[in-house]
Amino acid sequence: MELRDFKQRNIAPGYIFFEGEQKPENGWQAFKKVVRRSLKGELFVGLWIVFREMIRFDIHTLQYPAQKMEMTPRYRAIHRLLRLFESGSERCIGCGLCEKICIANCIRMETHVDEKSRKVVSEYSINFGRCIFCGYCAEVCPELAIVHGAEYENASEQRAHFGLKEDMLTPLDTFRAKQQKEFPGFGALSDNADENVKQTPLAY
Amino acid sequence: MFETAVLVETIVKAIIVVAVVAGMAGFATFIERKVLAFMQRRLGPMNVGPYGLLQLAADGIKLFTKEDIVPQNAVKPIFMIAPVIAAVTAFVAMAAVPYFPEFTLFGYVIHPIISDINVALLYVMGVASVGIYGPLLAGMSSSNKWSLLGAARAVVQMLSFEVVSGLSVLAPIMMIGSLSLIDINDYQSGGVTSWLVWKQPLAFILFAMAGFMETNRAPFDTIEFEAEVVAGYATEYSGMRWGLFFIGEYANMITISVLVSIVFMGGYNPVWFIPGSVMMLLKVSFWVFLFLWVRAAWPHIRPDQLMWVCWKVLMPLAVVNILLTGFALI
Repeated sequence: MELRDFKQRNIAPGYIFFEGEQKPENGWQAFKKVVRRSLKGELFVGLWIVFREMIRFDIHTLQYPAQKMEMTPRYRAIHRLLRLFESGSERCIGCGLCEKICIANCIRMETHVDEKSRKVVSEYSINFGRCIFCGYCAEVCPELAIVHGAEYENASEQRAHFGLKEDMLTPLDTFRAKQQKEFPGFGALSDNADENVKQTPLAY
Repeated sequence: MFETAVLVETIVKAIIVVAVVAGMAGFATFIERKVLAFMQRRLGPMNVGPYGLLQLAADGIKLFTKEDIVPQNAVKPIFMIAPVIAAVTAFVAMAAVPYFPEFTLFGYVIHPIISDINVALLYVMGVASVGIYGPLLAGMSSSNKWSLLGAARAVVQMLSFEVVSGLSVLAPIMMIGSLSLIDINDYQSGGVTSWLVWKQPLAFILFAMAGFMETNRAPFDTIEFEAEVVAGYATEYSGMRWGLFFIGEYANMITISVLVSIVFMGGYNPVWFIPGSVMMLLKVSFWVFLFLWVRAAWPHIRPDQLMWVCWKVLMPLAVVNILLTGFALI
């Protein structure tokens, strides 16, 4: 490869530079151009294309309040706190890793040790005025307790809305109706997580 | 006694035409939005009523209840009367247009034309050219530079295309020998092959283009082309005054569709087993659809290109067409 090849970086193979039509130089050429353009039928190509799109009826409209956009599970929106499938209790063990890793400093939790000497989370809040939805908290959570859900309608009268634990935690009746999905958002295990895990030699 | 009956019949016909065409003009706004939406892969109005049909009523309520603003420095009486001129001329032009073949109702022969005058085509085009005063006066009285530009364009372009449309229908008129639309219709009573499109294709194309210009539709709607002159002559208008311009535009569209159908496409003559009234409805619907179709597909042209094509191409072509027709007739 020579230096010349590097200098012509903008011309890929198969790329044709189109200089445009030649400008008419005299009256006769201008006349010929007008006649050629008038009789070429390009306008009817345009008519046919929009008509074809009409009869195909390939409508892209989402009728918003009735229909909502299906977000991919990797989408990062308002957080959710999940429950344990076996017992229904909170997955969050109050380890504080999300609070530590949060680069926007928007997660705040208060924990205490209850009478069975287990650590419980008494307060958990995320300030969505500060949250930048980076996803670190969901990545770092060892218990897969906090995930990013797909709720993308974030309009609210108050900045602090959606931010408390009772807003984010899966409600018990939803949980009992088995509505909580194992893969509800960014940071959780995917449905085919087992297939993706390669067993280490230690397991044999 | 007889004269009273004619008077009553004429009044009833006039009321029916105004009511039906105003309704159709309103409905055309809905259809236009729907057709444009489908062509652009959207749905258009959907929320008010089934398939958005009640959107018409919603728009009506909005137009009637919106505040009617007259700008401070506008020439108030002219500003207020201009939209009325635009709408009224559009309806007045329909007085000499036959819509359907004559039919019998309760043993009484009804001619679906308000007045069969022998200069019908001249009358329709004359009234349509009075319609230029709507945009012109509106733009000049608004005290707004965009409106003024719109008015200048209106008078320049619509006047120019009056010439093209007048000259282009001259050739068919020479062949028929009558300006009455009923005569023109009867001339083409011999089935599809006797339609004037086949004998006067050039005049047909020229008249169709002039029709697009005179109804102020894309690709020739430079009078109110938003990218250049905001909304042209209608910039300062609000509420029902703006609505009157709109109704006038759609009524004009229907008139031009009827005219093209009658003069060039065989009018209300029955074809094969399809009765004449159905043929007429089909043709007018097709032409209204074509107006919307073209708006979805084609880009605007610049005013200077428009004037160039009008005076250097279309006008000479129309004159040549008249000459050729004259030689052929001799």
